[in-house]
Amino acid sequence: MNIIVCVKQVPNTNEVKLDPETGTLIREGIPSIINPDDKSGLEAALVLKDKYGAKVTVLTMGPPQADLALREALAMGADRAVLLTDRAFAGSDTLATSSVLASAIREIDYDLIIAGRQAIDGDTAQVGPQIAEHLDIPQVSYVEELELVDKVLVIKRAFEGGYFKIKSQMPCLITTLTEMNTPRYMSVSGIFDAYREKEVEKWTIENITIDKEGIGLHGSPTKVKKSFTKGVKAAGKKYEVDHKEAAKIIVENLKEKYII
Amino acid sequence: MDFKLSNEHKLIRTMYREFAETEVKPIAEEVDETEEFPVETVKKLARYGFMGIPIPKKYGGAGADNLAYAMAVEELSKVCGTTGVIVSAHTSLCAVPILEHGTEEQKQKYLVPLAKGEKLGAFGLTEANAGTDAAAQQTTAVLDGDHYILEGNKIFITNAGEADIYVIMAMTDKSKGTRGISAFIVEAGTEGFSIGKKESKMGIRGSSTCELIFENCRIPKENLLGREGKGFGIAMKTLDGGRVGIAAQALGLAQGALDETVAYTKERVQFGRAISKFQNTQFQLATMDMKTEAARLLVYKAAFYKDSKMSYSKEAAMAKLYASEISMEVTSQAIQLHGGYGYTREYPVERMHRDAKITEIYEGTSEVQRMVISAHLLK
Repeated sequence: MNIIVCVKQVPNTNEVKLDPETGTLIREGIPSIINPDDKSGLEAALVLKDKYGAKVTVLTMGPPQADLALREALAMGADRAVLLTDRAFAGSDTLATSSVLASAIREIDYDLIIAGRQAIDGDTAQVGPQIAEHLDIPQVSYVEELELVDKVLVIKRAFEGGYFKIKSQMPCLITTLTEMNTPRYMSVSGIFDAYREKEVEKWTIENITIDKEGIGLHGSPTKVKKSFTKGVKAAGKKYEVDHKEAAKIIVENLKEKYII
Repeated sequence: MDFKLSNEHKLIRTMYREFAETEVKPIAEEVDETEEFPVETVKKLARYGFMGIPIPKKYGGAGADNLAYAMAVEELSKVCGTTGVIVSAHTSLCAVPILEHGTEEQKQKYLVPLAKGEKLGAFGLTEANAGTDAAAQQTTAVLDGDHYILEGNKIFITNAGEADIYVIMAMTDKSKGTRGISAFIVEAGTEGFSIGKKESKMGIRGSSTCELIFENCRIPKENLLGREGKGFGIAMKTLDGGRVGIAAQALGLAQGALDETVAYTKERVQFGRAISKFQNTQFQLATMDMKTEAARLLVYKAAFYKDSKMSYSKEAAMAKLYASEISMEVTSQAIQLHGGYGYTREYPVERMHRDAKITEIYEGTSEVQRMVISAHLLK
């Protein structure tokens, strides 16, 4: 079985700060990690590999520094890593990004494609489903359990208070949730192999077949008009009171503002 | 000259820290309090390759290097000195001498399961009357047909009782002094081999330290490690490597105490401000940091020399001596900056100080390290 896991390198914080001038993310000084939903997707792929045998390819589109995220994936047990990096891809929105990823996936054998539900720096949850649409294959999003029974995927899909139980043939794309599992650590030998025995394949626009009009900043239909960090409206007030008194004060304040 | 870590060493440190923070730190206090050997942690360590870091892959190891190994002991010891020494004694004192002196059959039979972490290793040299004077061995091994018969006692053996495989020193010819000492591989459960008194210790309390008793213990002739009469050399070489591990343990304890202290001094308010705002605190922290970093340079240098196949005996002695002494100073100062709280078990720095003391004693006391260093200087 061939599994492709799409990962994104993201800054390790839930409090992303934006540059007020340019509206882009401030990445300096913040360590980068594999996006948590994607990491759980990788773990799901590695579990299938451990149980049934599989070749796991990790794929990312990003700047050259995204090499680190792919090395980490290799050190966890992935077999192959592909980094799509080209200035032509820069500034892509979700549609352009998914076009690039789908074009790369067409160059790789796959039975199952796994993407994380959404990235902690963008929270769109669009790229995974869009890839499935580009490739015209079935997709199941919000996966919290995954089993393989007679070459059919048996999936538990989270849905508000409940869940769906879904069976799907392959090829298929799923998007995974962090709740699904606890990703393994990298192993000592895996880390040394990731740098000394394995390689991260660098692909540019030359390695894929794609309409250049549909990628990058100019090919992206999404236009960001303005990005801003929500400002603090007024200084907070601090009360040193017990919890009963605190509840009373909260209710009074909410009433005062006609919220309740 | 380049003081930058390679990409693989940077990534491996990230992994060590994640593992130590998540798997080791939360139970460190309990391990110390209960004196219980952390069996489950050792299983997890095995799964991720910690038990055979510098051992080649063909013998079940991770195929990494001694720098990666020292960094592992450092990062584990930052949060738990016990866990650090379990890995260090297992790797340096049992797996490595089998790698360096064992036959191919011995490596397949003993090194592979050790490096995979399926079995735990220990090393027995010290006796009641043979501590720093290691040559005064009284345990004997007498050849009897296809077997050696071991008689005698070892004390203060790290991982004893928990370990499956022991590298044991014994006299095969008392008349030859150090040249009459030989090394053997002994399996737990061998008839005539039993575990004696378990020590209750000041620090590294979760580490199992026991007496080993050999009474008419017959071990197969092929379990002789290296040649007969070469045991003392094997022991000394093994301890050279072991010192890098213990130096890394001491370094980790110092860094752990420093990290705790930096966090504490930023929070602790006296005279209306965080005590980190006082120049006395700042100066103390600066000195602690400088000493810890100096120890790190010595430890990494010794590991680098070993990886480069350069002579590293003096470097290992210096690393161990310096790192253990500053570990005592830094952990003590950490308690001082925590004030009364630091003396209680509510904060980990008192445990770190208790753990640090042993690094000045085992695998060669500070005095032995000075002997080794000066012997290199005056030869």
